[in-house]
Amino acid sequence: MKTHLRAVLRSGKFIVGFTIFAAILLLVFIYPLFNPGNPLQMIGYNSFTKPGTYVSLYDSLDTRRVYTFRPPGAADVRIDAKLSPEDRESIMEWLLSYSEQEGLGLTERDIDIEYTEGLMALWWQYYDSEIRLDGMTIARRREFERLDLRLDGLFNLDDLHVMALDPETGEYDILFATVSDDDYVNVDDVANVIYLPLGTDGFGRDVLKQLVSAIGTSLWIGLIAGSIATAIGLTLGLISGYIGGIVDDIVMFFTNLITVIPGIVLLILISYSISQLERGPVTVAIVIGVTGWAWTTRSVRSQVMSLRNRDHVNLSKLSGHSIPKIIVRDILPYIASYVVMAFILQISIGILSEATLSMLGLGPSTTTTATLGLMLDWSIMKSTAHISGAWWAYYPVILAIALISFSLNLMNTGLDQVFNPQLRD
Amino acid sequence: MSDTKQLCLSGKGVTKVFGHGKTKTVAVDNVDFEFYSGDLISIVGESGSGKTTLIKMLLGLTSVTDGEIHFMGQPRDIKTRHKKKEYWKGIQAIFQDPYSSYNIFSKIDTVLLDCIHMRGGRRLPKETKTEMMREACSFVNLKFDEMTNKYPFELSGGQMQRLMIARIFLLKPKILLADEPTSMIDACSRATILDFLLKLRDEVGMTIIFITHDMGLAYYVSDTVFIMEKGKIVEHGSANDVILNPKAPYTVQLLNDIPKIHDPWEFSRNRREVSDAG
Repeated sequence: MKTHLRAVLRSGKFIVGFTIFAAILLLVFIYPLFNPGNPLQMIGYNSFTKPGTYVSLYDSLDTRRVYTFRPPGAADVRIDAKLSPEDRESIMEWLLSYSEQEGLGLTERDIDIEYTEGLMALWWQYYDSEIRLDGMTIARRREFERLDLRLDGLFNLDDLHVMALDPETGEYDILFATVSDDDYVNVDDVANVIYLPLGTDGFGRDVLKQLVSAIGTSLWIGLIAGSIATAIGLTLGLISGYIGGIVDDIVMFFTNLITVIPGIVLLILISYSISQLERGPVTVAIVIGVTGWAWTTRSVRSQVMSLRNRDHVNLSKLSGHSIPKIIVRDILPYIASYVVMAFILQISIGILSEATLSMLGLGPSTTTTATLGLMLDWSIMKSTAHISGAWWAYYPVILAIALISFSLNLMNTGLDQVFNPQLRD
Repeated sequence: MSDTKQLCLSGKGVTKVFGHGKTKTVAVDNVDFEFYSGDLISIVGESGSGKTTLIKMLLGLTSVTDGEIHFMGQPRDIKTRHKKKEYWKGIQAIFQDPYSSYNIFSKIDTVLLDCIHMRGGRRLPKETKTEMMREACSFVNLKFDEMTNKYPFELSGGQMQRLMIARIFLLKPKILLADEPTSMIDACSRATILDFLLKLRDEVGMTIIFITHDMGLAYYVSDTVFIMEKGKIVEHGSANDVILNPKAPYTVQLLNDIPKIHDPWEFSRNRREVSDAG
């Protein structure tokens, strides 16, 4: 056992998988300490706010601690920040396809993407959000709309006058602030700052906070589903493998029955038959666990069948031990490592199944808890995140699911290599 | 001599068939045997001759397809778990491979304690149990105090097999089935194991059924020899009769397979004689 443990700790795959998994777990436990509160609280009314640091505009103007920098080429820096090389490429792409559609005769040589004024002149001359180019997706069109809005007033260097309404005359004449393009505010001086590393989702909720809570819930679902599936699979596998005969036939009949029905169909039918309100994360986990034990049963059974005629089992029989005692003492320890591996894989399957069910709207009831699957569901629910360009609402979720199942599978493979001498490299 | 001896295990028409239809294999074919108590009986045959299957049936680990087995003059009854346990108090076994005979997760103490418990010593004081285990270990020249809290796989093959004999010593069954107990261990330990088996018979009064493929060994240790070929007993009788005066061609062949160190020419000449005779 000790040598096995040492081998596990030397297995590169296991260590990588374990490190990723431990990091995810650590995030789940530590992040709420720094950012407490309800993860599903709507912090803003707008859907899909971009990731970043948000400072209150009012408070920034009101700090009275404005630093006037005069960095060389301040205007160029500002333009570069607003118009990235990718944006320039996009503009050229749009112009070329527009000219092709309208027969303007613009070629790549006519457009110099390094010459900002020329490029923007062309853009403002031709671009209109109403224009539909052939073969352009809605998502791409929305992207150009957003780009156009962002580029509005790109070359404007006039001072910005902020006026306030005079309550007596009813006119805007009290000068609140004058801001020139050289004025900067230190973020630390601004009273109201909101950090949204992953922006908000379609309901104006902090995605990162939601994601951390969702990973926690999904891991729980995986753990419960995995435990149930492994417990059922192990018990049935041990019984049918050890006792054999008619018991084996009956157990294998049901196992084969469940194996031939695609798991997803069974999951959908059972989930659908439970009402939306009663479907909490635990219920969903139980449903996943109850439908996912078949292959564990099969593999445990075959392992037990190869063990039950070994001499040490015969010796135990000759010592007058009862069947439960033989199973617990002479069979179970020999397949324990295998069961641990199956358990890890079942957790991963549980998490993926939950995500699948929730994407179909059959997951845990919405608005009370966040799970990884529900987050994906939400991102396609209201105004589709993909079309709004809100990658932050679903990419991190996909990445989290991928990382969790990757780390679990890696640990599984690592353990397999340690416990299965034929696979050792 | 056999008149005074009591019949302890006998079988009539014992048959074991694996599978059915085209895959049908007859492992043990209509075998009759009578084993008398106090004897050391050898069952000799090559691999696949059905020795181990016969042993498994005698132990009640495999079901008997056909035939009857009588134990101590009574038809054997092992239908319930309780009756099986009673049966196993009277008949025990040592297996071929000491390395796979032990549960690698149980300590040596557990192995021996199980035997004491089986003999109904569950309520004995701890000191008595320890004393019994110490006695059993010293019977096979093992030091019990060095082995407590050790696992069986930490011992050598010979030591493991001796521990197996210590186990039998504690259980004191009437019949011991030894399934090639010396084939997996080195030659030096082999003699020791055989000596302990003989000691078990002489001091405890056990009937020992010794399975082997080695005719020389069978001649050296046994009173009665049964020769098995392809599931059938082809010849049986006292060791002297069978080995010095073989009748079945298979027995002659087995005898010729004993390697003779000093006389390779004699060995090959014997071979030729067999083919001439056949």
